[in-house]
Amino acid sequence: MNDSRPDPQALLRQAAQEGRGRLKIFLGAAPGVGKTFEMLSEGKARAKEGVDVVIGVVETHGRIETEALTRGLEIMPRRAVAYEGRTLHEMDIDGVLARRPRLALVDELAHTNAPGSRHPKRHQDVAELLAAGIDVYSTVNIQHVESLNDIVAGITRVRVRETVPDSVLEAAEIEVVDIPPDELIERLKAGKVYLPQEATRALQHFFSKSNLSALRELALTRAAQAVDAQMLEHVRALGVGGTWAGAERIVVAISELAGADGLVRAGKRVADGLRGPWTALFIETPRVAGFTDAQHARIAATMTLATQLGAAVATVPAPSVVDGIKVFLHDARATQLILGKSRRSRWFELRHGSVVDRLVRETPGVTVHVLPNDEATSRPDRARPRRGEWGTRTGHAATTAMIAGVTALAIALSQVLNLGNVGMLYLLPVMAAASLFGLRTGLMAGLLSSLAYNFFFLPPTGTFTISNPENVVSVFVLLGVAFVTSHLAARVRAQADLASQSARTNAALTGFLRELAELADDASVRRAICVEVGRILRVHTVLLAAGPTGLAVQTTDGNDHRLGTLDLAAAQWAFDHSATTGRGSGTLTASDWAFHPLAHGRTVLAVFGIARDGTADPIRADQLPLLTNLLDQAAMVLERLRLEGEMRDVETMRTRDRLRGALLSSVGHDLRTPLTAVKAAASELRHGVTPQLIGTIEQEANRLDRFVANLLDMARIEAGALSLAIEPVDLADAVTGAAHDARTALTGHAIRLDVPPDLPLVRCDPHLLHHCLLNLLDNAGRYGDAGTEIRVAGTHRHGALQLSVIDRGPGLPPGQEDLVFDTFRRFDGSDRAATGTGLGLAIVKAFAEAMGIAVEARNRDDGERGAAFSLRFPADAIIRDPIVEGQV
Amino acid sequence: MAQILIVDDEPAIRRLLRQALERAGHGVAEAADARAALAAFERQRPDAVLLDLGLPGRDGLELVPVIARERSIALLVVSARETTDDKVAALDLGADDYITKPFDSEELLARLRVALRRYDTDAQMVVEAEDVTIDLSRHMVCRMGAEIHLTRKEFAVLAMLAEHPGRVVTHKQILARVWGGYDPKIEYLRIVIRNLRQKLESPAPIGSLIGNELGIGYRLRIKS
Repeated sequence: MNDSRPDPQALLRQAAQEGRGRLKIFLGAAPGVGKTFEMLSEGKARAKEGVDVVIGVVETHGRIETEALTRGLEIMPRRAVAYEGRTLHEMDIDGVLARRPRLALVDELAHTNAPGSRHPKRHQDVAELLAAGIDVYSTVNIQHVESLNDIVAGITRVRVRETVPDSVLEAAEIEVVDIPPDELIERLKAGKVYLPQEATRALQHFFSKSNLSALRELALTRAAQAVDAQMLEHVRALGVGGTWAGAERIVVAISELAGADGLVRAGKRVADGLRGPWTALFIETPRVAGFTDAQHARIAATMTLATQLGAAVATVPAPSVVDGIKVFLHDARATQLILGKSRRSRWFELRHGSVVDRLVRETPGVTVHVLPNDEATSRPDRARPRRGEWGTRTGHAATTAMIAGVTALAIALSQVLNLGNVGMLYLLPVMAAASLFGLRTGLMAGLLSSLAYNFFFLPPTGTFTISNPENVVSVFVLLGVAFVTSHLAARVRAQADLASQSARTNAALTGFLRELAELADDASVRRAICVEVGRILRVHTVLLAAGPTGLAVQTTDGNDHRLGTLDLAAAQWAFDHSATTGRGSGTLTASDWAFHPLAHGRTVLAVFGIARDGTADPIRADQLPLLTNLLDQAAMVLERLRLEGEMRDVETMRTRDRLRGALLSSVGHDLRTPLTAVKAAASELRHGVTPQLIGTIEQEANRLDRFVANLLDMARIEAGALSLAIEPVDLADAVTGAAHDARTALTGHAIRLDVPPDLPLVRCDPHLLHHCLLNLLDNAGRYGDAGTEIRVAGTHRHGALQLSVIDRGPGLPPGQEDLVFDTFRRFDGSDRAATGTGLGLAIVKAFAEAMGIAVEARNRDDGERGAAFSLRFPADAIIRDPIVEGQV
Repeated sequence: MAQILIVDDEPAIRRLLRQALERAGHGVAEAADARAALAAFERQRPDAVLLDLGLPGRDGLELVPVIARERSIALLVVSARETTDDKVAALDLGADDYITKPFDSEELLARLRVALRRYDTDAQMVVEAEDVTIDLSRHMVCRMGAEIHLTRKEFAVLAMLAEHPGRVVTHKQILARVWGGYDPKIEYLRIVIRNLRQKLESPAPIGSLIGNELGIGYRLRIKS
């Protein structure tokens, strides 16, 4: 494992550090060592060097020396927070962010913010300042360091609730502020150490010499460790060295019991000591189904703590704890296992075998650390007995009835059966009771059966005495069968429960995916995400997305959810930082909603909000994996839609560019030709007015008019601005109108309209239809041979209604009929007629298709030369029988 | 003959219109924007106004109801806007007719004559169009002297067109008056027009008596 390539993870972490502010922590063994003083002194020194320093928050506790030091430094005003009738003054993080100093001094890193603040903990505020590129000096006492929490409590018998995750220290430069214990005690006696009034007594015990010495040692060790860790990180990033053995992998097996936090902290220390990666492992046995919400919550909390301390977390389903741990240890090639041992009775261990013993025996090559777990024993914390474990009335009644029935049957058959067979008969109710109603009822059945067997059949009958010792065996057999059967049945039931639970989860996921896969547009996908997740997890949901006015609710699960300012702030935070916020998270917890970012890579696509009625956390701990899964899938679907949309936009733009190019090249020609003719004719007029000249001017002006109209139409099609005004249209009217307006273009042709007056009305946009016909007539006039007839025919046969424009001329190149509708397509071969832009037929196609009308171009099939263009109306556009008596 | 106010911001168009109108013997006043138009309208009380919709600063459509309020003044909208919505809006606001640019000056003069005639004589009782005579007071329609039987709806539609000879009557106006009620169907109107044409136009080409205005309405064609 001694390769010297740079570790990509470490490089990434270093890269992430660049552009961030640096954190320096003044670490003390106990209150009163002078951390704040030291921090202020250094801050002041930096300010003298010309660095822009502000005080974010500093507690001087009224000490004159300390207060004197704050003079000359800019102090940010604090933010007043009203809480339960008191006014608390917290650091104004937005103020500091807005002020953007180079260095901010923030006292008491472990401080807990007033409820309703953005973050529950001050160290999270500091993390935000660092992320914004602001350097921070801060102070902390050793007892507030998360992984040392237990040890400190062990030494001092005072448990500190406010803790700082180790990861914060690991990323920081640490300066130990140290004074000898004697001196500190002196200072305490001189009243130079600030202590909260109410805690004075307890804390005075804290300040014994032995305690202080131990704490001091801890602080120095921790600081040394941090230096080590930073050194190591640096070495790994550069890929030099190879001191990283990578051989040790630590697994901490956690349980639902109360002491699991201690295990995790121990795991952290072992991992730090051995410099190995570590994992917090929870084995999900069938028992999990019977856990209380409190137990689920405790597991989730333990897992969260492990993550904060830098562990990977894993949940592995397995039939038993030992099996699960064994498999995981093997797969993860773990070398160290840490687990807790609860105080169980010897009887319990005799029955179940000790988990620890079995693991030690069955996992060779793994060092097993066993920590006593003082805080809990397995039994009292167990889930309340499930219904049926102690038996139900029905179970008892049914069992008694069965045994009575079997006894009656056996008495009836006593002539035929020997004593042994009668005993066998009693197995039936015992097995039935044990498998149907559980262990207790089964045992009761065994007892009752043996009593009945004894009383009615074993000599001397009618008494409970047993004369033949052999028969004692039968009684115990009955009891044993009850025991074994009920155990087997219970296990099968539990496995089935587990299986059906995971089947439900899988079904929910599959159903969700199928639902989403069927939807193609963004809006309905978003709605489906809200509705489905809400349905699966039984919660209220909203989806927020960035809109023109910022992040706003875009979709809900169908109910009208209004988000307050605080909720929106939490959602905004989730969006900006790709982090979970709101209730049950670490940020802006006063919101009623929990917000989860829907992210793909680094892009947050949307924010998903969840709430539950009442004050419960929106998501139970055991639902979290499912929620994460659902949201991951949802994010993937949203990302897919976004990409598809982008592709479409690119494609549309490309087409538009191509058309624009073609258009520009043809416009010059097509505008100039008629203009030239008009100009020439106008100058001819000076020499005398002839009807011929006037005709030319009118004709060319009309051509220009049509060309401009087509350009405008094309622009409307391309802009996607075609809006339909559908109304019932009489085709005879439409054709007559078009022929009238196209008359100048048709000069020199005979025109024949074969449109029966009794054709059904059709629903379409009269204007668009008019332009279609106009362009088809124009096209026929242009490409039809001079002097030939142009025919417009309307037919209604077998329910199919169509209009055709038929010319006589060269027709279309065979095999390329459909190409005629491409924009700017003009067929070569007849230069004479090449005066159009080629826009006309493309417009016909676009307009017709917008109305659902099919367009077809083909050569005439009646033996004549020429082309026929048809508009075929869809069946649902044909108005079959509009006449209502009395209305016409 | 009549006093005409031209409202258009294009000098070239104004010049052309003035030429055509003066040739037809009308007196002409010009205005280049909405404010000048209103001032000229108040000062000169013209018999007819030719109004462009695309005026600088202000939509000409806003002037339509102001001018149309004067019942005795004919209002023709002359505009390059060719969407049906604009035409219907102008007509429903009270304009007498709508002419799309580019226009044929002969046609414009003909439309103007029709519009002016309406204000000469109030609702004529007998209207003659092509070979058809429509007697509004006696509810009688004759073609080449022979009486033609019409259904009640057919007569009602024809009568409405005849009351405004040569002018567009919008679908909405006809439907509201002839069928009334909630959401009358334009299909009925189409069928009625088809029947009227069958009885009064055939074998002449479709539209020779009752002209179709695309998406807007119908117009009874009369000799001008």
